[in-house]
Parts: sequence; structure tokens; C-alpha cells
Amino acid sequence: MKFLCLPCDEVMEFAERQLPGDGTLAAVFVCGSCTREMALLTNPMETQFVSSMGVKIGGREVPAQAMEGVRGALEGGSETAFQEPEEQDSERGDDSGHGTPPASAGSAQGPSPVEWSPEAVDRLQRVPSFVRGMVKRIYTDYARERGIRTLTPDVMDTARKELGLEGM
Amino acid sequence: MRKIRTYNEVDHGTGSQLLEQVLEQRARLQERLASVGRVVAVASGKGGVGKSAVTANLAGAMAAQGLRVGVLDADLNGPSLARMLQVRGPPLEDRAHGVVPPTSPHGVKVFSMELLQGQENAPLRWKEPETDTFLWQSSMETTALREFLADVEWGELDFLLVDVPPGTDKIRRLLELVPDPPVALIVSTPAEISRAVVLRSIGLIREAEVPAAGIVANMTEYLCPDCGHRGTLFRGDGIRRLAEESGLNVWARIPFDPSLGEETDAGAPPAGRDPEGLIGRAFAGLVDRLREAPDGSERGPGGEGDPGADESPRTEEPS
Repeated sequence: MKFLCLPCDEVMEFAERQLPGDGTLAAVFVCGSCTREMALLTNPMETQFVSSMGVKIGGREVPAQAMEGVRGALEGGSETAFQEPEEQDSERGDDSGHGTPPASAGSAQGPSPVEWSPEAVDRLQRVPSFVRGMVKRIYTDYARERGIRTLTPDVMDTARKELGLEGM
Repeated sequence: MRKIRTYNEVDHGTGSQLLEQVLEQRARLQERLASVGRVVAVASGKGGVGKSAVTANLAGAMAAQGLRVGVLDADLNGPSLARMLQVRGPPLEDRAHGVVPPTSPHGVKVFSMELLQGQENAPLRWKEPETDTFLWQSSMETTALREFLADVEWGELDFLLVDVPPGTDKIRRLLELVPDPPVALIVSTPAEISRAVVLRSIGLIREAEVPAAGIVANMTEYLCPDCGHRGTLFRGDGIRRLAEESGLNVWARIPFDPSLGEETDAGAPPAGRDPEGLIGRAFAGLVDRLREAPDGSERGPGGEGDPGADESPRTEEPS
């Protein structure tokens, strides 16, 4: 999909994505010449259809996570399916020699440590364990890439908005 | 009427970026499967012919020969291979680059929807919206299969066996996802009704130009566990007709032995436990066929590249 501003004959740039409620997905596009904005709105079924393809309108802000489609969409995922995040690697580059890192997995090597405040840990613990490891990794990467040393609930809120992580 | 430029006339990198993301998904899948020697689709089209039992026993036979083997249970709605290969239990390792598959006591890496669902035997359900599910469910299941292929740390494997669920459309889904056409094992029974359905799957496989395909004739005869007498289980000659009509060779004939089903269901596939037994030998022969199967640089199914191509379709009854 591309959006063309007809008066300017220019392709509109993706600007923002929101989940305003009732299953609607809103993707905002803006014309670089006349600054006209338009929002693409999808109904819940269309939102689910796009989501079921494992893609995001406007592109990705975070690298694809392992099994993010299934983990995000499966009803009744086991709370004991995955190890607790504390027991596993959450640092990029630590794959202990298993498998081949997918090209999209990110490139930050030699990461600086990111601490989680007790309040942030509390909040993370409220995330279902089925997706907790994936969520922890996204927030940790977000903080590391911005040089944030301590993850707090405020940082998590900002990340949610910037990365379009509503529901996490 | 004013002229509006076409999608391709608009040379611009932005937009919805859906195509770019789909291409990235394909690249991720291709990179993951680069360390897999051969993908083998164990398919039929027909339900109830024993595909999963064949898959479990074939994996056991391969592991017994020292091959590195993985099993992907592509039957999302009726998964069974985690139980058949005894991998239910400890939580999965969730790494940055993928999920580490559990390894069976036989040394087989396994991934199945069974490992993710909270309630045993619960029907597969996706989150809302619950209306118009039919419109996106197939797309979601394709995503799940793609993620099972691409996001599991399969590592170096000689064979990745994919147990394809019933339904002729399911084999098409796999064929379209994997970068290189897999070897196809078509499981059928001598029953006439199996032949008719299985022929449809073979048609799809031919269209995909898989490098090699063969028939696994399951339940070809009955073995009495008490006296060892061999008898006919199905009166039809569906296997002979299937081989003739499809031009595929029969790569293995698996007799019906009650203990095969019981032991496989209990997590101890006999082909791996007893490679010298009747069942074990049948599967060992199938492993040999697969090891000889061409990699796609030669001809299609039934051509010179087919390891069974020097024979007429094997229609004789087993001795």
C-alpha cells in the first residue's frame, strides 16, 4: 500500500500508528509537500487480518521477536510454556552458539547493562509469562539503544507510545 | 480522466511497507533453514492414515542411525507429536534469536502447538475478533507454521520432518513457505477411499516440482501379536492403483501391528527402539530412500533422480 496525495502527486509518508479502541487500527500518513494528513482506519476484522500476516502497516519499530505472531494471538497460551525471563538471556548476542541469528534480530553487540527498577520489575511480572520474555527483550533493547541505564515504568510508558506496543 | 500513477510507477521506499516485511519474513525463514539438510513433508491429504505415527517412527529410525533430525508438528489443530516423542514438560528456552526446541529421549528436536497451549486437548483458538474468523484464520495458521519453521532454533539438521495435517490445501501451504521444495512422503493405506483423496495431494506436489516423492503404504497387512499370522487388513488394492495412477514408487510398506500404535502413542516409537524388528527394518529402508533422494538439481518425482525410478511401481504384496 502506498498513499498518494493527488493535489501534490506525492507519496504520503507514514507518520504514526495507534490502536484507539474497539479493535480499530489507525495509521496516519502525511504529505511532505502540503502537510495534509490522512488516517487509514481498519475495522477489527481488517486489523486482525493484517496482524495475522505478521506485518505492521507503516513498518516495524522493533525487530521481529521469536514467534511473536503466535504468542500475541494464541488464546490460552500456557503460563509455563516459556522459562521465566530471569532464567534466560535477554541480551542480544548471547545465543550460546545455538542456531543462526536471523538477519532481522538486531545488531547491538557488546550491550551495556540495563537495570530494571523494582517498580518496573513489578509491572513486568504482571505481563503474562507466555509473552513476558519477548516484552522484556523489547523494553531492554529500547533502553539500551537510547543509552537509558535504568528501566522505570515511565520509560516503559514512553516506549509503548513510541514503539506502538499497546497491550504490552 | 486524470492519470493516477500506478503502485510501481511511484518509486518511493515508504508506504505501508507490507511487501518489505513479507520479504524480510522470507529471508528469516531461508536463513534458518540454511542449516537443515533436507525438509521432508510427511503428508497425505487424508486423515486417519497414520501420518503422525509414521513421522514419529521415521524420526526414531533416523536418530537410531545417528542422523540429526527435527520434527515439526504442522498439525496445529490436532497436534500429537510432542506426546509421541515425549517432549512435554520443561519450559522452553526463549532466546533473542529463537525458541530452543526440546529434545526427545531419542535425540529428536521437536516443536508442536502442544508445547504452547495451556490446556491439554483444548481446541486451538485465536484471540478476538471471534466473528468472521474464517476470513483470517488461514492466514494466522500460515503465520504459525512460518514461525515454527523460522523462529525455532533448529540448528544443524540432516532432516527436518514436517507432519502435514489432513487436507490437500495444507501441503500447498508448506510448499509455498519453504524456500526449496521438500521431499514428499505420501502416506496412504490400501483402502480405496484413501487413494482417491491422496491423488489430489499428489497433484499439488507435482505442480510444485518437488525433487523426490514416494508413497509410504501404511497398514498394508495385519500382524497377529499372538501367533505372528499375517493377514489382509484392507481388501482394496488402493496402493497398487495409487502407484500406477500417480507414477510414484512405493518407498516403504508398514504392516499394521497393534503394538506400533500403542507404543508410539505412549511415546516409544518402536522403529527407534528396535531397529532390527519388522517395523524397524521397514523404517530403516525408508531412511535409506530418503538419504538417496535427489536434492532438486536433478529431475522431478518419478524421474531419473527418484531413488525408486529404476523400478516399476512396486505393487507386489510383501513377503
